[in-house]
Formats: sequence, C-alpha cells, structure tokens
Amino acid sequence: MYSFDYERPSGVNEAVSAIGEDDKFLAGGQTLLPTLKLRLAQAGKLVDLGGIAELKGISVSGSEVSIGAMTRHVDVANSADVKSAIPALSYLASHIGDAQVRNRGTIGGSISNNDPAADYPAALVGLGATVHTNKRSLSAEDFFVDLFETALEEDELVTKVTFPIPEKAGYAKFPNPASRYALTGVFVAKTAQGVRVAVTGAGPCVFRQTDMEAALSSNFSADALSGIKTEASGLSADIHASADYRANLISVMAARAVKAAS
Amino acid sequence: MTTVNMTVNGKKVSADVAPNTLLVQFIRENLRLTGTHVGCDTSQCGACTVHVDGDSVKSCTMLAVQADGAEVTTIEGLAKNGELHPMQAAFKENHGLQCGFCTPGMIMSAVDLVKRNPNPSEETIRTELEGNICRCTGYHNIVKSVKAAAENMGG
Ligand SMILES: Cc1cc2nc3c(=O)[nH]c(=O)nc-3n(C[C@H](O)[C@H](O)[C@H](O)COP(=O)(O)OP(=O)(O)OC[C@H]3O[C@@H](n4cnc5c(N)ncnc54)[C@H](O)[C@@H]3O)c2cc1C
Ligand code: FES
Ligand code: FES
Repeated sequence: MYSFDYERPSGVNEAVSAIGEDDKFLAGGQTLLPTLKLRLAQAGKLVDLGGIAELKGISVSGSEVSIGAMTRHVDVANSADVKSAIPALSYLASHIGDAQVRNRGTIGGSISNNDPAADYPAALVGLGATVHTNKRSLSAEDFFVDLFETALEEDELVTKVTFPIPEKAGYAKFPNPASRYALTGVFVAKTAQGVRVAVTGAGPCVFRQTDMEAALSSNFSADALSGIKTEASGLSADIHASADYRANLISVMAARAVKAAS
Repeated sequence: MTTVNMTVNGKKVSADVAPNTLLVQFIRENLRLTGTHVGCDTSQCGACTVHVDGDSVKSCTMLAVQADGAEVTTIEGLAKNGELHPMQAAFKENHGLQCGFCTPGMIMSAVDLVKRNPNPSEETIRTELEGNICRCTGYHNIVKSVKAAAENMGG
C-alpha cells in the first residue's frame, strides 16, 4: 500500500469537510483496502466513517425501512425488524461474500462502490429505494449510473437508504463459486406502485427487466415468466460466463425469486 | 504516525503506527504474534482471521488504526491456563489439519460460527466457513472437527 494520512471524524459535517480531491471515505474497507493493497488505487487521506454514530442503525416506520450507511451486512442479515418487514433484504445481506466480509462491509460502501456484481444495487432498484446523502435524496435508479459509477460527487457522503416496504419480495442469485459475488442476481418486488424486477451481475450496471415486470403485473407467479427472454447483447461476458449464459440466468433467477417472494 | 491502543488477548497494548499498517502486520510484526497467517493478497483465504470485539474479521483487510480501542483475540488467546480451547482440541482429535497453514484462521472462524450457531448442521458449517480456504484437507475433517467441538462446547 502507498502511504496515506488518516482521520476519524465523529460527525457527518466534519467528514465532508475533511475530504479533499485525492482523499477517500473508508467504510468497512472490504473493497477499498484490497484495492489499495494491490496499488490499484491511491489516496492522500482516508476519512474513516467508523466513528460516526449517526450513520449506523436500522429503523422501521409504518411504511419504510431505513438503514444507515455504516450499517454492516451482518446487522441487516440478523435484524428482526428487517426480517419481518422485508425478509428478502435480510436474505440478500446474509448471502453477501462470507461471514468475515459481512462483519465489516457496509451498505453505504457497497452502493457507493457500485460493483456490477454487487447484491445491494438489485435490492435498491427492485424496491424503489431512496438514497440519502449529506446534500440530497435521489432514487436508486438515478444513483446507480454505470460500471463502478454513481451520481455521488467527490465530497458527497451517503448517509442512509430508505426502502418502502413491499407487499412481497424475493431475491435469487447465482453466485460466482469463488467470490460469491452475483454472476447474476434478480430481485423481484410486488409493491403498491406495481411490480419491479431488478437485475445485477448480468450487465455493467444494475437494470430493470421491464418485460418481466409487465408479465408479473397481471400474474405474479413464476409461470408468467415462461418464455420471456432477455436480449444478450449489452450483457457482460468474461471468463466466468458468456452473455448468453447470463441472459438465461436472468430467466432462471427471476423465476426462483418469484417463488421465494414473501 | 498515529497512536493506537487496543486489548489483544486480554493485554493492553499501545503503539505508534503508520496509518497504512494492516491489523495483521501489527499483530505479527509489532506484537510478534505469528500464529495469525497471511495466505493471500486478495482478502479471500481467511488465514488471517481474528476476532475484533467478538466478530471474526480478516485482519489483512482492516487497518490497525481501525482497531483503536477494540478487543482483539488471536489464535494465541484461545487456550486458557495451558489447556487447548475445545475447538483446538477437536481439530487435533479429528485430524482437522494437514499442513496447518489455514488452521489458525479456520479455528477463529469456527469459534465465531459456533457462537452464532450453537448447534450447527454440516451444511451450516460448510457455508459459514466460506471465507476460509484450505488447500490440504478437502474440508471433510474440518467440518467433523467443528461439529465435534460444537457438541463439546455444550451446543
Ligand atoms: C472476499 C469478498 C467477497 C465479497 N463478496 C461480495 C458479494 O458476494 N456481494 C457483494 O455485493 N459484495 C461482496 N463483496 C464486497 C463487500 O460487500 C464490500 O463490503 C462492499 O462492496 C464495500 O463496502 P465497504 O463498507 O467495505 O466499503 P469500503 O471498501 O470501505 O468503500 C468502498 C467505496 O465506497 C466509498 N464509500 C464508502 N462509504 C461511503 C459513503 N457512506 N458515502 C460515500 N462513499 C462511500 C469508499 O470511498 C470506497 O470508494 C465482497 C468482498 C470481499 C473482500
Ligand atoms: S490473508 Fe488471505 S484473507 Fe487475509
Ligand atoms: S491444512 Fe493445509 S491449508 Fe488447510
């Protein structure tokens, strides 16, 4: 690792004013530290968000679940509140990486990184969540821009994510057997505003499968999906899977997600 | 340099470290506790697993400064009064290791696993140990060891 300075502020405002052009926020470090270790990135200073109490925690009001940016995957996975309000979200968090990664990694870090194979983007887009920052609130679809790219500005900090509670929702992923990242993952939700189907891992950035949404709107069952294909062009192809394979996985995972929905 | 204070295996330690010092470097090089191993560069193998405030973490993917104020337990901290921890004893008894390189991390993960799942099924053990890679045993005797230890630990 190249050398860097380190700061651990105790509030959001201090954190934002501490961040300069070459600096980075440090959350759970489960993506940032491996990247720094391999010298794929460099930072003048790391601003550690670990000491900011207001960024941690989960609360449920009548119609939404709110999760602070520094809430770890293990806490979302084990939260009784999340399990009863949106069981699919707790299931998703419990299948991120491995136990040690879940003990450090956070929702804010995961979505700010926007890895094309990350799990949380599917839940945010699938549930129509809102991302709150120190500056504004934006819809998940506006937040995730492209491969490893979000709408965040350099001195902008994710503070929390709010998820409207759906009627039912399900998540299914085909994990890369080595890393557990989603080779393809599909999040399906039946909400007051209609059915949403979000796909991660298959393309450069999370996206909605609108043909499936239309089919599930009239009949929310796995049968309604039979015969609906996703165009392979534009999907990712690498040593792990071809674009055609991923296109097929979208159909398989979507059907499993609908069956699992509760 | 930044000053860090933490409690490692019950003992208070304090040192000035460069911010880019990994927790595992601090443990191995400053404290000379070399039971915690480094098996990869990519945060995948789990050989470096220790407990920070009771949770298993990969000490190669955490900065020493992030552990400021924390309680850290390494493999050296498990045995009490010269007696092996039930998990260590079970690995010995059930041939849960061959070369032993992965073993410290495997045991630290397994202790955390049994804390969270007092009576784990074979499937739970296998999925919960996903963050630990072993190149020798084929995992079979590791799973057997964890199961035996969980029973001895009163699960
Ligand atoms: C072995 C392994 C397996 C993994 N498997 C999976 C998997 O199966 N699925 C999956 O989804 N992920 C997986 N991950 C990634 C893991 O979920 C990370 O925890 C996550 O991607 C990053 O979160 P973090 O809290 O560790 O963030 P960090 O690594 O600390 O930060 C990531 C990036 O986000 C920025 N950032 C962090 N917090 C904020 C904030 N609040 N506001 C603005 N910017 C911020 C940082 O500056 C940095 O650029 C895996 C990681 C490892 C090491
Ligand atoms: S040394 Fe491999 S995960 Fe830490
Ligand atoms: S015993 Fe050799 S790596 Fe596990």
